[in-house]
Amino acid sequence: MTFTRRDFIKNMALKSAAVAAATMFPGISFSGWNPADLSADSIVWSKTPCRFCGTGCGLLVGVSGEKAVAVKGDPNSSVNKGLCCVKGYHSIQILYGKDRFVTAYVRKDGNLVPTPIQEALDLVAARMKSSIEKNGKNSVAIYGSGQWSIPDGYTASKFFKGCIGTNNVEANARLCMASAVTGCLTTFGLDEPMGCYEDIDNADVFVTWGNNMAEMHPVLFSRMLANKKSKTHVQIIDLTTRFTRSSQAADKSILFNPQSDLAIANAICYEIIKNNEVNQEFISSHVSFHKGKTNIGYGTEDHFAFSDTAESVDFEAYKTFLKDYTPEAAEKISGVPAADIKYLASLYGDPDKKVTSFWTMGMNQHTRGTWINNLVYNIHLLTGKICEPGNSPFSLTGQPSACGTVREVGTMTHKLPHGVVTEEADRKMAAKIWDVPESNIDPKPTYHTVEMFRALDRGEITFMWIQVTNPMVTMPNLRRYRDGAKKEGRFIVVSEIYPTPTSDVADVILPSALWVEREGFFGNSERRTQHNAQLVPKPGEAMCNTWQLIQVARRMGFEKQFPWTQETYIEDIWNEYIRFHDSPKHRMAPYKLLKERSGVQWPFVDGKETRWRYNGKYDPACGSNTFDFYGKPDHRAWIWLRPYEPAAESPDKEYPFWLNTGRVLEHWHTGSMTRRIPILHKAVPESYVEIHPEDAKLLGVVNESKVNIISKRGSVVMKACINGRGNPPRGMVFVPFFDENYLINEVTLDAFCPISKQPDYKKCAVRLEKA
Amino acid sequence: MPIFSFLAFPKTDMKDRLIADLSAMAYCEIKPSGNKDVLILLTDTPDEEANKNLIDAIKALNSLQSLSMAFGHTD
Ligand code: SF4
Repeated sequence: MTFTRRDFIKNMALKSAAVAAATMFPGISFSGWNPADLSADSIVWSKTPCRFCGTGCGLLVGVSGEKAVAVKGDPNSSVNKGLCCVKGYHSIQILYGKDRFVTAYVRKDGNLVPTPIQEALDLVAARMKSSIEKNGKNSVAIYGSGQWSIPDGYTASKFFKGCIGTNNVEANARLCMASAVTGCLTTFGLDEPMGCYEDIDNADVFVTWGNNMAEMHPVLFSRMLANKKSKTHVQIIDLTTRFTRSSQAADKSILFNPQSDLAIANAICYEIIKNNEVNQEFISSHVSFHKGKTNIGYGTEDHFAFSDTAESVDFEAYKTFLKDYTPEAAEKISGVPAADIKYLASLYGDPDKKVTSFWTMGMNQHTRGTWINNLVYNIHLLTGKICEPGNSPFSLTGQPSACGTVREVGTMTHKLPHGVVTEEADRKMAAKIWDVPESNIDPKPTYHTVEMFRALDRGEITFMWIQVTNPMVTMPNLRRYRDGAKKEGRFIVVSEIYPTPTSDVADVILPSALWVEREGFFGNSERRTQHNAQLVPKPGEAMCNTWQLIQVARRMGFEKQFPWTQETYIEDIWNEYIRFHDSPKHRMAPYKLLKERSGVQWPFVDGKETRWRYNGKYDPACGSNTFDFYGKPDHRAWIWLRPYEPAAESPDKEYPFWLNTGRVLEHWHTGSMTRRIPILHKAVPESYVEIHPEDAKLLGVVNESKVNIISKRGSVVMKACINGRGNPPRGMVFVPFFDENYLINEVTLDAFCPISKQPDYKKCAVRLEKA
Repeated sequence: MPIFSFLAFPKTDMKDRLIADLSAMAYCEIKPSGNKDVLILLTDTPDEEANKNLIDAIKALNSLQSLSMAFGHTD
């Protein structure tokens, strides 16, 4: 039988419907037809990581001729074992939107004009050069993404930090996981989770701290539910500020006041100590106690600077500190009944229960994000429930390569692929591998993301290259930064696949090759690196982001540092990059193996992946068979004394509601891809504001009534959603940010955690008016 | 040449009728579920206009409760 391309598309359409039906009706069958039969010999299936979330599901993409025509979960991927969520199943449709950029554009007389890409690249290089000549090297910046493939981020870092000599390198992952990084670094001295997804199959109790995994990490959530189904004692406790789909599926949902997770975590520790449930042996051998600064500010002012100190204290001082956090005292702050806090403490404290804590944006997008990360680690350290199957404090990332490209490659102002710019040894290593003079690498970090956009507004930065991200939708206090980007004398280059509010402000648009149109690597939440080959041709003049950077670097005279050919540059970059991590603490798998396997976890030592770090039973980097927190000079994990401090802006008489923002299952971030997939767009065609029914009644609004959400910074009018998929408590509203027609970030506040510099998108004060 | 797939839900006790109605329409292919009150509908029309007319006609069927799109492709 011969299959035409049209037959393949029909097959894909039938399969998509079968998947949707099976999601709604598990066990559904179709008379005389098995959806699994929908295959054809001429479809070539190849592995790739999913383009969307940080779960990092393995997919198989079916290609017929030159077109991707079908997707299924990769049964060889240990992440998802053949499953995927609705975004994964429909992911190939992002390649074929009608309005793909297939040529470059250059702004001439105010209009974006199609331009041959080589000419556009000439202009980008010329404008970078002139900006540096006129205003110095720190007048140029690159802003990338946790959706950058690893070679993109690596090339950007080498080009900007090594060749140009500016630390103006940041990525949108600053907005989503910087607090997880500083949480890891302050507690363990090294970044990224110690555990892996096998924890999900081994835990007896899951505590989710302010994250809605049912929508944001749906495949991991299904894995959690599968564990619960197979063992009747498994419990899921949902600690949340708003009732979500995850709350519905949890055994117990505990609602807390925004920001008060700090008090709850301390109260859990208070209770564990009070009940003699501390693992004394573990803390005496593997933990030390430290105190940092308090009243540390919120960063809302330009040029805000903060650096923490670490004062060593003892267990007694820690106990004294916790006296302020009895469950009853924490109840007053959090609204959580003391009995529920005691219950949580009893779960963590029970030596016979393995406990995994999960979190994502609720804890990271927090003006005390580093602190709350530290405090959840404290609970696991006090009880010794860490670094072994099922006992795991686990920070999940949002983006597909926030770990791989931003945390591991180090595409942030202070970072290098190994270590930080402030350390001479790390600069030396980078200069050697990059073949640049050591003096090229500036020992001083420059701007973190919010401050980088402030510098653009102030005119200190005059050239910014934005790749794979949409800051003109996602920056908090957006109006200031959009107005800044549009100011006279700013030159903005945007590498993109579709028109967005960010490409609207561009002077040059470079058409990017997307995901399986180029070769690359992603790194997911469990330290798993996944390779993807180029499976389909690039449309028109679209170009891989890495190659765009190389082209401009060469035009600026850095041919020696970027000598690779188009045939092998991704492999060559990988081979160079992994020299930075060549130790048992972080060794990466070789290129050949990554091409073969559906992902490999690092540290990859003597041909083996490391599942649990810092535990000698599993981690060859430990000196012995016991725990070794080798990231810290004292080889101990640090328990931090971190108090509760209020949010930067809380509701008051004039602005009586909390505004909380986030995502929905069907849409990826700002929706520039998923809103072009018909089924996902149809499922959630526009954004909305979730309001508690009582608040809606008082306001006089019903479902779909227009509501004006107003803060001190801006306002947005959108439809009300009452008793929808999520339900905020009284006094809070929730808005998904995927819809560029409703720029909710014109309302949010650009306050951030002074340690991680990650903004808080979950808390600011607004008032509501019926529109 | 648009291709779409949908989950089509019949009104109560009208699944057989919906199957008959859709089977009689041009450009439609259906896969009824054997154990649930739902069927998969695949439409393959020559152009946008034919597609729009077909969807309007399907939506007007008395046996149809609701239609939920699963996949869409237009050349
Ligand atoms: S859970 Fe995340 S990685 Fe997995 S298929 Fe869905 S979007 Fe992709």
